[in-house]
Amino acid sequence: MQLTQTHIDYWQKNLRLTAVLLAIWFVATFVMAWFAIPLAEIKIFGWPLSFYMAAQGSLIIYVAIIGYYAIAMRKNDLEHGVQEGEED
Amino acid sequence: MATSQKSFTQQLKKYYTFYTGGFVLFVTLLAIAEQMGLSTKWIGYTFLVFTILLYAGIGIMSRTVEVAEYYVAGRRVPAFFNGMATGADWMSAASFIGMAGTLYLTGFQGLSFIMGWTGGYVLVALLLAPYLRKFGQFTIPDFLGARYGGNIVRSFGVMAAILCSFTYVVAQIYGVGVITSRFTGLEFGIGVFVGLAGILVCSFLGGMRAVTWTQVAQYIILIVAYMIPVVWLSVKHTGVPIPQAVYGGVLERLTEREKQLTSDPKEQEVRKIFADRAKAADDKIKGLPATYQVEKDAVTKKLEDLRAANAPKADLDAAEAAVKGFPASPDAAKAKWTADKGAAAGRTGPPLPHATPYPGKDEKARDTSRLNFLGVVFCMMFGTAALPHILMRYYTTPSVQEARVSVFWSLFFIFLLYFTAPALAVLAKFDVYTLVVGTKFSELPAWVNAWQAVDRTLLNITDINKDGIVQLAEIVIGGDIIVLATPEIAGLPYVISGLVAAGGLAAALSTADGLLLTIANALSHDLYYKMINPNASPTMRITVAKALLLVVAVIAAYVTSLKPGNILFLVGAAFSMAASAFFPALVMGIFWKRASKWGAIAGIIAGLGVCLYYMVHTYPTFIQWFGTTPITKWFGLDPISAGVFGVPVGILTIWIVSLLTPAPSKDVQELVDHVRYPSLTGDIDTKGT
Repeated sequence: MQLTQTHIDYWQKNLRLTAVLLAIWFVATFVMAWFAIPLAEIKIFGWPLSFYMAAQGSLIIYVAIIGYYAIAMRKNDLEHGVQEGEED
Repeated sequence: MATSQKSFTQQLKKYYTFYTGGFVLFVTLLAIAEQMGLSTKWIGYTFLVFTILLYAGIGIMSRTVEVAEYYVAGRRVPAFFNGMATGADWMSAASFIGMAGTLYLTGFQGLSFIMGWTGGYVLVALLLAPYLRKFGQFTIPDFLGARYGGNIVRSFGVMAAILCSFTYVVAQIYGVGVITSRFTGLEFGIGVFVGLAGILVCSFLGGMRAVTWTQVAQYIILIVAYMIPVVWLSVKHTGVPIPQAVYGGVLERLTEREKQLTSDPKEQEVRKIFADRAKAADDKIKGLPATYQVEKDAVTKKLEDLRAANAPKADLDAAEAAVKGFPASPDAAKAKWTADKGAAAGRTGPPLPHATPYPGKDEKARDTSRLNFLGVVFCMMFGTAALPHILMRYYTTPSVQEARVSVFWSLFFIFLLYFTAPALAVLAKFDVYTLVVGTKFSELPAWVNAWQAVDRTLLNITDINKDGIVQLAEIVIGGDIIVLATPEIAGLPYVISGLVAAGGLAAALSTADGLLLTIANALSHDLYYKMINPNASPTMRITVAKALLLVVAVIAAYVTSLKPGNILFLVGAAFSMAASAFFPALVMGIFWKRASKWGAIAGIIAGLGVCLYYMVHTYPTFIQWFGTTPITKWFGLDPISAGVFGVPVGILTIWIVSLLTPAPSKDVQELVDHVRYPSLTGDIDTKGT
């Protein structure tokens, strides 16, 4: 099994996408929690921002990250011809 | 086959729509029966029997003797349904019953679990699920075995899988026992075995296939049961039926109320009484052994005085109990007084500010609190991405793309409950702070009296300063009551309480099923078939798998009936252990071709070793069990977050040892390419049969 250039591109693109999404995940989780005390000063609809993020906001970001990944990778599969055939 | 997969999905949708409709009808009929006078006990029984029969029906319909059906549900579970099944698999009794209570008691700090148990799915989606699906065998040790070659890594995988899953399953069966005994009045031990029967009917005949389809059914029940009372409570306090969107305003009012209560003179009076009690207990302890006799004489004399004065019976009884219960020796007295002191000292402080992150008396306390928040988030996330019973679910989808989409649905369905729990905690707290605190003892809401009668550890309100009015400092509340009592707090009929119990039961049963199957499969597939008898016929393999499932279930139920303490800690520990043992080897196996067999072996040992070492030397119960010498906590991190050390050590070890040992063979490199691409021309086939 020999990998072609397009295969290598596919994998590189996947790695970049994964890295970017993990960076967003990291900020929404650890950076947010690290600065929770100053962030609590900001209020949105009654919630201190850090409480809102930890209870709801970051969760929404997680769902969005995973949804985006599924869509983007589908596209990536098709562009590089590595999509699955109809499963047997 | 593509069209048949489509029609299969259509069919599933039809079945589960009917099922949901039928269930709603059932609850409605029961509600009508309640109005006509059906007793609460019978409502409890009906829910228990009906739901277990339902699961049994699905289990029997899904029976199978085919290997791929038994281990991975035939690899044709559509993403949407696999998402629901994963949701039920994931959300345990601790999530359903305990989560909102933890948030009630710990405020912001408890949100670390909410974040950790959802954010972990990002790691599952990005780093594991699609690749494991492409690999396409049956268990997690399967992947470790194939990627790192040989039975050593596989056996470590088996051991680690059993270690984490077993601690976790005991907690689930415990939850089943508690729920059944509470809502039907059966004894705890009997409740455990009723629960065991419930678990086995789901999994015994059909393995993963049966577990998958019952889990979907269980998810529907648990999410409906969780939402109804919260929506009602939200209408009661805000007038809006979407609690998640509007509880910010309630939180603001709650924060105001906390401030009032902190400076309220009556509250301060009660807190002062507790401070005095703590001080008195402390004096008694310091005065030992002399104080022992003094105190003993004092209680005896009090009883005599009361008898002489012909005091009311209640006072006499209390005095008599004090004499009878007086510690038998100075040592016992010391233990009891220390406990008294701790209990009183715990109630001397003002209410915890619910919305404030990392409250603490000084900078250092706040920093430690923040570090522990981050630690719990880290361990819960990496543990999520390493628990075999969850990862295993992504073997069951029809394709790699479906696996990706399936993680999305999984998290979506889990999110529905987890973003509701903080709302519930705030609403319930607001209810207690405004409608219970400040009322006269003679005019307490009905639910308070009802739950006090059931279990004093869940709710206990005593008039400490004898003013006839409830102060916040006079309330002791157990976390589990928040979910269990919400229907009554919201003023709903008993049938909803029954529904909540059924939901809790569904959560515990579904998780227990997934875990038991993981343990039994590790033994039957990895140990028996892959290592002991590779020539076993499919019939033999299924027979062995089912027999082992039975044995493991009975052992787990037996261990549960011994009531091992500190179950919540054990659940947390399972996450740290799974993260340390599996995460580095799994992820590096996919993303780094150079990761070698010896690297993986060393990494698993080092990661898990550090994690266990830290727990065994910092967690009081373990120190007691194993007789280890306690060490100072590293950076003040709690033992539950031991994975914070285990995971990086595991990664580093794999990295260093891999570079020191020969690179993996060409076959292994091809395997890595194989899992990285959904489809490859001239590809190898690793699908398990």
